[in-house]
Amino acid sequence: MAQPISMTVNGEERTVRAEPQTPLLYVLRNDLGLAGPKFGCGLGQCGACTVHLDGTAIRSCATPVASAQDARVTTLEGLARNGALHAVQQAFIEEQAAQCGYCISGWIMTAAALLEANPSVSEDDIRRGLSGLKCRCGTHLAILRAVKLAASRMAAQRRA
Amino acid sequence: MRDLVVTQRGPTRREFLKTGGALLVSFGLPGCAGVETSAASLPAPGASWPAKVDPAELDSWLAIGSDGSVCASVGKIEAGMGIGTSFAQIVAEELDVPLERVTIVMGDTATTVDQRGTGGSNGIWHGGPELRAAAAQGRATLTALAAQRLAVPVDALRIEEGVVIVAADPSKRVSYGELIGDRRFHVKVAHPPKLKDPREYRIAGRPVPRFDIAPKVEAKYRYVADVRVPGMLHGRMIRPPQAHAKIVGVDEGQGLPGLVRIVRKGDFLGVVCEREEQAIEAARRLKVEWSTPAQTFPADYDALYAALREGRAASTKSEDVHGDVEAALGAAARRVEARYEYPFQSHASMGPGCAVADVGNGGAIVWAGGQKPYPLRHAVAGILGLPLEKVRVIWQPGPGSYGMNDADDCAVDAALLSQAVGRPVRVQYMRHEGTGWDPKGPPAVFRMRAGLDASGNVTAWDCEARGFSGQLRPSGTDVPGDSLAGQILGTFQPNSKDEHKFPEESYAFPAKRKVSHLLDWKRSLATALRTAHVRDPDGPQTCFASESFADEVAYAAGIDPVEFRLRYIADQRERAVVEAAARKSGWQPHAAPRRARDGNLLVGHGIAHAPRHGTMVAVVAEVRVDPSTGRYRVRRFTVAHDCGFVVNPRSLEGTIEANLMQAMSRAMHEEVRFDATRVLSVDWISYPIVDMMEAPEAVDIVILGNEPGAKSLGAGEPTTRPVGAAIANALHDAIGAPVRRIPLTPQAVLAAMKA
Repeated sequence: MAQPISMTVNGEERTVRAEPQTPLLYVLRNDLGLAGPKFGCGLGQCGACTVHLDGTAIRSCATPVASAQDARVTTLEGLARNGALHAVQQAFIEEQAAQCGYCISGWIMTAAALLEANPSVSEDDIRRGLSGLKCRCGTHLAILRAVKLAASRMAAQRRA
Repeated sequence: MRDLVVTQRGPTRREFLKTGGALLVSFGLPGCAGVETSAASLPAPGASWPAKVDPAELDSWLAIGSDGSVCASVGKIEAGMGIGTSFAQIVAEELDVPLERVTIVMGDTATTVDQRGTGGSNGIWHGGPELRAAAAQGRATLTALAAQRLAVPVDALRIEEGVVIVAADPSKRVSYGELIGDRRFHVKVAHPPKLKDPREYRIAGRPVPRFDIAPKVEAKYRYVADVRVPGMLHGRMIRPPQAHAKIVGVDEGQGLPGLVRIVRKGDFLGVVCEREEQAIEAARRLKVEWSTPAQTFPADYDALYAALREGRAASTKSEDVHGDVEAALGAAARRVEARYEYPFQSHASMGPGCAVADVGNGGAIVWAGGQKPYPLRHAVAGILGLPLEKVRVIWQPGPGSYGMNDADDCAVDAALLSQAVGRPVRVQYMRHEGTGWDPKGPPAVFRMRAGLDASGNVTAWDCEARGFSGQLRPSGTDVPGDSLAGQILGTFQPNSKDEHKFPEESYAFPAKRKVSHLLDWKRSLATALRTAHVRDPDGPQTCFASESFADEVAYAAGIDPVEFRLRYIADQRERAVVEAAARKSGWQPHAAPRRARDGNLLVGHGIAHAPRHGTMVAVVAEVRVDPSTGRYRVRRFTVAHDCGFVVNPRSLEGTIEANLMQAMSRAMHEEVRFDATRVLSVDWISYPIVDMMEAPEAVDIVILGNEPGAKSLGAGEPTTRPVGAAIANALHDAIGAPVRRIPLTPQAVLAAMKA
């Protein structure tokens, strides 16, 4: 049975009525009108649907909406703070790290969570942290440059 | 629910807002009628639209707002390579306006000229000159209007940033917005147009950031998957569990939550529900009894390749025939022969096909994400039984597009479901359809033969290709039979074409021949193995055979692979990319595979080159192979690329890099698996693609031929062509044996080492 589920989405309190097992992705997209997370596979294999659940990058296509009850959900729309883009977003623009861009939410949200946890990462850490995400157009090289750039800036900021 | 805006809005608009400029909205001119900003102005079905937007009229291409904003329209689409930004550069340059003032509208059949959409890397190549001519006409017309207004001759005027100024008295000036703002030109585009001298270019040819990247990064870009229409329902399709299965029965009384309708027409079967997850669940749970026909496909790749080698050709064609090849082979001091095999490949676009259709009131509007909305309009009209004027297809950016993927099929399905329920329906395919049911790149087998004289000169060269046409499922959905629904309904014929497989190169040998045999594959048309265009149709296949063989012949003759190419390539620009790639990569000549060692790893370098319709590309790959496992990494690519004048070098570099990665993925990992009755590659596990762990450490790109005044040629896919052969040749150098079947798997590498 559909039931009310409350969560904080991009800083706003939201309550939706949904079957508890409904994948979070469809609620974010169809009930809350968000477009950042995308349907890519519905199997948790590609990452296009990635959002942050209490700061952790998760695949919303394989996460029941019930598990977001009382949690903080951040989508690509909510990653910027006070009008300033996240360092990862800024670096993606500077490195022009997109072709069709349909997968971009997965890369940015996963990289942001990775670097928020620890920006002092090696290139190998970044590759491992992003491994498994799909980009069919083949934007990997630009994405790697962008995440390295964001990491160096975030690490410098933490040291300062 | 917040409305998701349904038309693409260029980031230029954000720039307008930032700089305090007016937001460009629809002002009723044909070119910009597709630019809408809210659901309130969504078009509704039932209206009539012209059968075609007249390409002779300047108003079909260009509109200028009273604020000086410029809206240009093209019948091409953005497939993710930044073509929209390049079009804006062309318009801004020719019209002399700041780049950020230009918005590009693409692919709306009601408002943009039918240029048949994008395909074959022809966006800038074919679309650029037409748009440029229109912008030049705009400039000429505006200058003439200014001369009248300012009462001076035209040649007394100069133009700066959309303002026409009297050269001798700069206080006398009038802006484009004042001259024509929000009004129609009512002039024809002159042919040939009076164009700006390319040596004066300041905007075209400059590396500029793409318009579409920032909106993508900020989740403001609107894809077809994001289109929302009031009252919209959700549909999903149910596919036969095996090829050619027929519906025996459907359990219509299951009580599926949210179900609006089970839509069945023959073996075409879909569900429409209130909510998306309900449609997914209903499609999964609906009980359908299917017939179990006999096998349709060969049992596996060995069986497929044997069938291709031995089967009867339905069509045979030769080209590039010089001398008597068989006689020259017979007389050769030494003969070299090799066979190459290339599998079915999937587009496996990042998102499966998606479309929204609103059919009712005697008309239809379809929001579609494919590459060719104009032919699709005809097919939709045909399958719905509507007059063409009552159908409008509005292109929206798709989730990755590399030819004829599942986007058009989805649009036709959505139209049929919407017609059945009389409400707007959004269909997004599931992953098993995106990978398992998209039209496939065709497989091919090749027999390559060469003859050498006693001194090692090549005297004969023969390429024999055997495979299925890549246009069984045509490139463009012109008629209902071209779509999957049309085939499953079974009452429509497709516009299938024979497309023969010839490697493109200018090797000059005393005797030479290319023969292509196409085998009948019509039985696949209603199945998941129907063949169609995948990025650079037949290019990776033919180049893999031809350029792998070039290395085999070079080594047989005791010649370095680069030297071999420079000796036999006739075309000057083709030679130039080979030379440039070799030089930039630090190529070390070698007349035999080196099996060089770096610790426990074997190191190899390979080159391959390919023209593609005038564009020239050469790629050098460097690989490191673990001889105990056959696993390998491509450590570095070097690319030399000549596509003539480059409108946006920044976009080109991104496009080249992405082509390298996608083509590397196809060469290393990709083959559609199947058994005798169905396709088994249905997700990212069963159809693996390249991973971030495999991205090369370095890519070097050399651009040649980028001169103002040079014609701009295609760049969207030529780099794809030689990548597989370059990797195979690098493996050959590393392990000392050729690997002749794609994908170049570790198992194949090990097997080649042991052979």
